[in-house]
Amino acid sequence: MLILSLSSVTKTFGGLVAVAGVSLGVERGQIAGLIGPNGAGKTTIFNLITGSIRPDDGHIFFSGRSLAGLKPHSVVALGVARTFQTIRLFPRLTVLDNVLSGCHCRLVSGVVAALLRLPSQRLEEKLVLKRAMAELEFVGLAERWSAEAGSLSYGDQRRLEIARALATEPKLLILDEPAGGMNERETANLMDLVGQIRDRDITIMLIEHDMGFVMRVCHRVFVMENGSLIAEGAPLEIQTNPRVIEAYLGRQDD
Amino acid sequence: MSLARHPLAQSQKSQRLDHQRHDFRFLQIAGVGLFLALPFIFASLGLTSAPYILDLLSMIGLYALLALSLNVILGMAGLFHMGHAAFFAVGAYVTANLNLTYGWSIMATLPVAAVASGFMALLVAFPVIHLRGDYLLIVTIGIVEIVKIALTNDIFGWTGGPNGLIGVSRPVIFGYRVVKPHDFFYLIWLMVGISTLLFHWLENSRFGRALKYIKEDTVAAEGMGVNTTAYKLMAFVIGAAWAGMAGTIFASKMRAISPESFTFGESVIMFTIVILGGSGHQKGVILGAFLVMGLPELFRQFQDTRLLVYGAALVAMMIFRPQGLWPPKPRLYRLPAPYDQKYPGEEKLKDGDRSC
Repeated sequence: MLILSLSSVTKTFGGLVAVAGVSLGVERGQIAGLIGPNGAGKTTIFNLITGSIRPDDGHIFFSGRSLAGLKPHSVVALGVARTFQTIRLFPRLTVLDNVLSGCHCRLVSGVVAALLRLPSQRLEEKLVLKRAMAELEFVGLAERWSAEAGSLSYGDQRRLEIARALATEPKLLILDEPAGGMNERETANLMDLVGQIRDRDITIMLIEHDMGFVMRVCHRVFVMENGSLIAEGAPLEIQTNPRVIEAYLGRQDD
Repeated sequence: MSLARHPLAQSQKSQRLDHQRHDFRFLQIAGVGLFLALPFIFASLGLTSAPYILDLLSMIGLYALLALSLNVILGMAGLFHMGHAAFFAVGAYVTANLNLTYGWSIMATLPVAAVASGFMALLVAFPVIHLRGDYLLIVTIGIVEIVKIALTNDIFGWTGGPNGLIGVSRPVIFGYRVVKPHDFFYLIWLMVGISTLLFHWLENSRFGRALKYIKEDTVAAEGMGVNTTAYKLMAFVIGAAWAGMAGTIFASKMRAISPESFTFGESVIMFTIVILGGSGHQKGVILGAFLVMGLPELFRQFQDTRLLVYGAALVAMMIFRPQGLWPPKPRLYRLPAPYDQKYPGEEKLKDGDRSC
């Protein structure tokens, strides 16, 4: 069953065609990789899926529902969470407060409940702390709950971003270069983490430049170049695909 | 604020800090008690200037109330709003009209003033809420100018033009007529107290957190599932409604209102109080009200130079302490079991004094 499908999605910025008629589908339960040289349009695809920008043409479906015209917060509510290529935590808030931001969309208390301190609101606050702490334990950051997010190491900030995204209770998790800037040990830990997320029945789609990471983790790989999809398949097929090799290394007789 | 902490993990240092925290809290409570006893102290001393001082303290309280309401918009949500006097004006004129034309009692107009100001905020903020930072600032300045011009031109025949409306009654609360300076002192500071408590609860809720995320990074907040547009609008409506209630008290305290009381300059004063005191921290905002409204009165004998000194002090503030005099601290949570045993908030204590 396809959880996410794009059909001939196009996006241009002024004269630049960032995404040119891309169609792809991600199976539920898969870990899908999106690779390609810099400027190929990978992050634009992610921004289109999450509603940050709108496609000029084409359709995006999530669990059989069109995402056309939805704002990012509505897309999150449907079950699509993301991390950002350049880390976008709330650096001056605590680690716990950061994860609580992910929980926001699954809570219901409003202004009146807060002003009157209704019992339901206080119960919800108690439960959400448990929920957030469980997510922090999952990524291994629970003991840093009271630290300022900006004071964490780079790798920990990436993990915190993942915890925050998981707190939104997603069905599809979109990771934009999760291993970017990580050392080898952190990358190895991240691979385990991605596997554990997948075991929670969360489909994952990720952009990554670390080919070892992509080839070992992903079930299916999509390759983009200049805004178009040039190949898709299992990691082994992709590694031997002449067009992909050409896109990355250039033509042999050049 | 209480902390989740393992008893065994409590170092000597943290115990000392905790101890200091309590002392500080005791000082605050004692200070508030002393402040509320001032009218009695003045009376027992037979101070002749007591009415003047109490009147000044009431004015400070009114501005504290206005600044606390602006703090929801500017301090909590980080929206640059420099037109707060417009909502203050709506509340004051609604009260004056209902009282003068229809004979409503002042306290009965309070909720109407709040709803009218809130509704007005919804109307004017809706088309501009997506604007960021300085762009929003310019629009809000436009709003307060438009309101002032409308008031001066006797819009709908409701505002009495440049002369304003005269003869608003005094508030009557459970049969007690609020007239004397100390009556208003208690009424206004009671409202400040209630507002502070309600806003404290608001701040430490899902709603308050959402505003904090918006202030820190609107794009990330939206990306994490916060409906940023709706929350920004709600912040505007709540802040405006409170300013409207301050308008009610103002109208019945002054008994006469005119457009001069609701200028851009007034908006700037409220803005300054919030930024100077500590954007997003209620105690800081109240301190700001005392400084911005109180100090100029204290130095009244230096009439010629006080504005110069005032301006210089503001410039120095922004250079050396841009976060305000008493900025907020990061929020502390009491973790639920079993996490309170496993992850004591030790780190927090060390960083407790760092500004946010």
